[in-house]
Amino acid sequence: METLSIYAPKLITSREYIASGHRACSGCGEVLAMRYVCKALGRNTIISNATGCMEIISTPLPQTAWEVPWIHTLFENASAVASGIECGLKALKRKHGYTREVKVVAMGGDGATADIGLQSLSGAMERGHDFIYVCYDNEAYMNTGIQRSSETPFGASTTTAPSGKASMGQHTWQKNMAAIAAAHEIQYVATSCSSYPFDIMTKVEKAIKIKGPSYIHILSVCPTGWRCPSNSTIKMGRLAVETGIFPMYEIENGKYTLNIDLPKLRPVEDYLKLQGRFRHLDKDNTAEIQEKVLDEYNKVKRLAAGNKAK
Amino acid sequence: MTAKRIGIESSLAVAEAVRLANVDVIAAYPITPQTHIVEGLAEMVANGHLDAEYIPVESEHSAMSSCLGASAVGARAFTATASQGLILMHEVLLVAASLRLPVVMAVTNRALSGPLNIWGDHSDVMIARDAGWIQIFAENGQQAFDQTLCAFRIAEHQDVLLPVIINFDGFHVSHVIEPMHFLDQKTVDEFLPPYRHPHALDPDKPVTMGGFAMPNMYTEGRKSLDTALRESKKVILDTWKQFGDIAGRYYKPVEKYQAENADTLLVTVGSYSENAMDAVDKMQAEGKKVGLVRVRLWRPFPYKEIIEALSGATNVIVLDRAISLGGPAPVCSEIRAALYSLKDRPQVVSIVGGLGGRDISPANFEKLIATALDKIKTGDAAETIMFGVRE
Repeated sequence: METLSIYAPKLITSREYIASGHRACSGCGEVLAMRYVCKALGRNTIISNATGCMEIISTPLPQTAWEVPWIHTLFENASAVASGIECGLKALKRKHGYTREVKVVAMGGDGATADIGLQSLSGAMERGHDFIYVCYDNEAYMNTGIQRSSETPFGASTTTAPSGKASMGQHTWQKNMAAIAAAHEIQYVATSCSSYPFDIMTKVEKAIKIKGPSYIHILSVCPTGWRCPSNSTIKMGRLAVETGIFPMYEIENGKYTLNIDLPKLRPVEDYLKLQGRFRHLDKDNTAEIQEKVLDEYNKVKRLAAGNKAK
Repeated sequence: MTAKRIGIESSLAVAEAVRLANVDVIAAYPITPQTHIVEGLAEMVANGHLDAEYIPVESEHSAMSSCLGASAVGARAFTATASQGLILMHEVLLVAASLRLPVVMAVTNRALSGPLNIWGDHSDVMIARDAGWIQIFAENGQQAFDQTLCAFRIAEHQDVLLPVIINFDGFHVSHVIEPMHFLDQKTVDEFLPPYRHPHALDPDKPVTMGGFAMPNMYTEGRKSLDTALRESKKVILDTWKQFGDIAGRYYKPVEKYQAENADTLLVTVGSYSENAMDAVDKMQAEGKKVGLVRVRLWRPFPYKEIIEALSGATNVIVLDRAISLGGPAPVCSEIRAALYSLKDRPQVVSIVGGLGGRDISPANFEKLIATALDKIKTGDAAETIMFGVRE
C-alpha cells in the first residue's frame, strides 16, 4: 500500500471499465475483483479473456460490458493470444508508427489457468512477454455448473467430485499456482482476494510497472458454487484470509512478503461451516484441513521471514 | 519485373515470400515437414533480413492463438504447420475465421497418425475443410511462393478479412529444390498494400471481439461467415489476375490440362498433378482420350468451374490423397455432389491413393486410370477404390 490514493477510497477513479448491467450472479466476488483490476489497469489496456464466467457474463452478442479493448477466443489460450497481442504491438511500434503504451492483460478462471490453460500460461511466462496474467480463482468450474478443478479445496463437494457415502468429495489439495508462476523466475507474483479491493489495486499497479510477465492469483468468492448467501461474499473472502486458508503475499524477484500477517489465525471451522460445499465434513476432516492450512501458512511465513532476515 | 531464375528449396522460397510480404509476427512450433520454412524465417529475423517478432511458441495451439492476437491488433501474422500440428490447432482455426482475422498459414500436407507417418498426404487439411478458411493448393515450389504472396493480399482485402491456408505436399514439394522466379521487393510492395484491420484492438476505439451468441444470433453469425467465404472468390480471382499481370503466371480455381477432347478426365489435387500430366501425355500419344483437371481452390469450393470443367466428360476419375475412414473420399464426394444436379452427368469414380508419401508414378497413373475405367465398364463404380494396396 504505497500511495496515499490507495488509502483514500474517494480518490479511486469513478471510471468503470466493466459496465453495470452484466449478467453475473448476485454476490459474485469474481466480477468484483475484475472491476478493481480494471480500475487499476486504466484505459491503456488490451484484455485477452479465457472462456469462463467473466467472458459469458460480459459479452452476450450484440452487447458488451467492456469499455477497454477485449478479446475472447478460447478456453486454454488466453496467454498465447496475449503473447501475440504483445508482439503485434511491438512490431507495430517499431515498423508502423504506433505510439501508445499499452499493457496487455490475460485473464481467466482457475480452470483456464491451473488446468486447461497451464501450458499456454507457462509458455508465455517462459518466453518473457510483457503482460499481466490475472487468475480469478473461484475454486471450481462454476460456469458449467460447479465441477471440480485442480484448485478445488480438499473436502469440497462439487458436481464431479460430490460427497457421498463412499466419498468425502475433493480428495486432493489445491495446486499452488503462485509457486508454479514463481518457478518461472518472473519478477512479480502476488495473491489477493476479492474482499480486499485496495490490495488488488496495489498489486495490479505494481504489475503494470513490471517489464515482463507478472502473475496475480485472486481468490474470488462464488456464493453460487460455494453454496453460501450472496450477501456473505465479502465476509467469506475475509474469513479465507483470517483463517490462513488463503494467505495474501507477494513474490518479488523470488522474495516473499506476507501482506496480511495475523498474530492469531481463526480456526478453519469458522470458514468451512458457513459453506454448503463443506457441510458434509466431519471433525476428523476438519482437523486434517486445519493441520494442512497451518502447514502451508507457516511455509509462506517462513519464506517471508527468511526474506526479512536477509 | 521478374528477377532471374534461381534454384531454391520450396520451403525456403515460401519463407522468402513471407519476408517479401514484410510480415510483422511469426508464431510457430516445429513439425516435420514444415520446419525448413520456420527455420528459414527464424534465420532471416536473426540476421536482420526481416524485421518481425518471432514467437517460438510451446505448441501449435499457441502458434495459431498468438497469430490471432497479433492479427487482432493489426499486425500481419504468419505461421506454418502440418499433420498433427494442424490437428492440434484445429480449435483455433475455427476462431480465426469467425473473428475474421486474416492470418496466413502454409501447410506442408502430411499424413495423420496412426501409424505415425511424416510423409505427404492431404488428410490433415481435409479435416480442416469446414473451418472457414480460404484454402488453396500449390503443386510445386514456384506456385507455393506465388500463392503465399497472393494469400496475404486475398486475406487482408477489406471485402474478405479471412484467414488463408496455402497447401503444398510435404517432401514432394516442401523439400524439393527447383528453379523458380522471385519477385523483387518493389514489385511486392506495390502488389501488397499494408495490412489494416478496420476494427483492431486499440484503446483509442475499444472493441469487443469474440462475444458469445445465443440461438437468436448464432445462425446469423454463421451465415455472414459463410457468405464472406463464398464471396471471397471474387477477390481471389481478381488477385490472381493482378498477380499474373505482374509475374506472368496466371492461376485459376480449376485448371485443365489436355482436357479439351477427352472423354475421361482425371481430377487431382496437389503435387501428383505433375506425374498425372506425364501419364496423360503418354496416353494421348497412344490415342486415348484422357485429360486432366486440377483443383487449386478448395475453399470456397469452385462449383461453377468444376461443373464447367467436368460436365462434358463421359468419365471422371477423382484421386484423393486422403482417406475418410468409413465414408466417401472428401474431394470426390464434393465433386460428385456438384455434378449431381446436371441432367447428363458423367460417371464418377473415386480413388484413394498416394497416402503417407506413397508415390504414384506416371506408369501408376496409367494403371490407376485403367482400373477406374474397368470399374465403370463393369458397373461397379459406386465404392471408393484404394489404389496400390499390397495384398
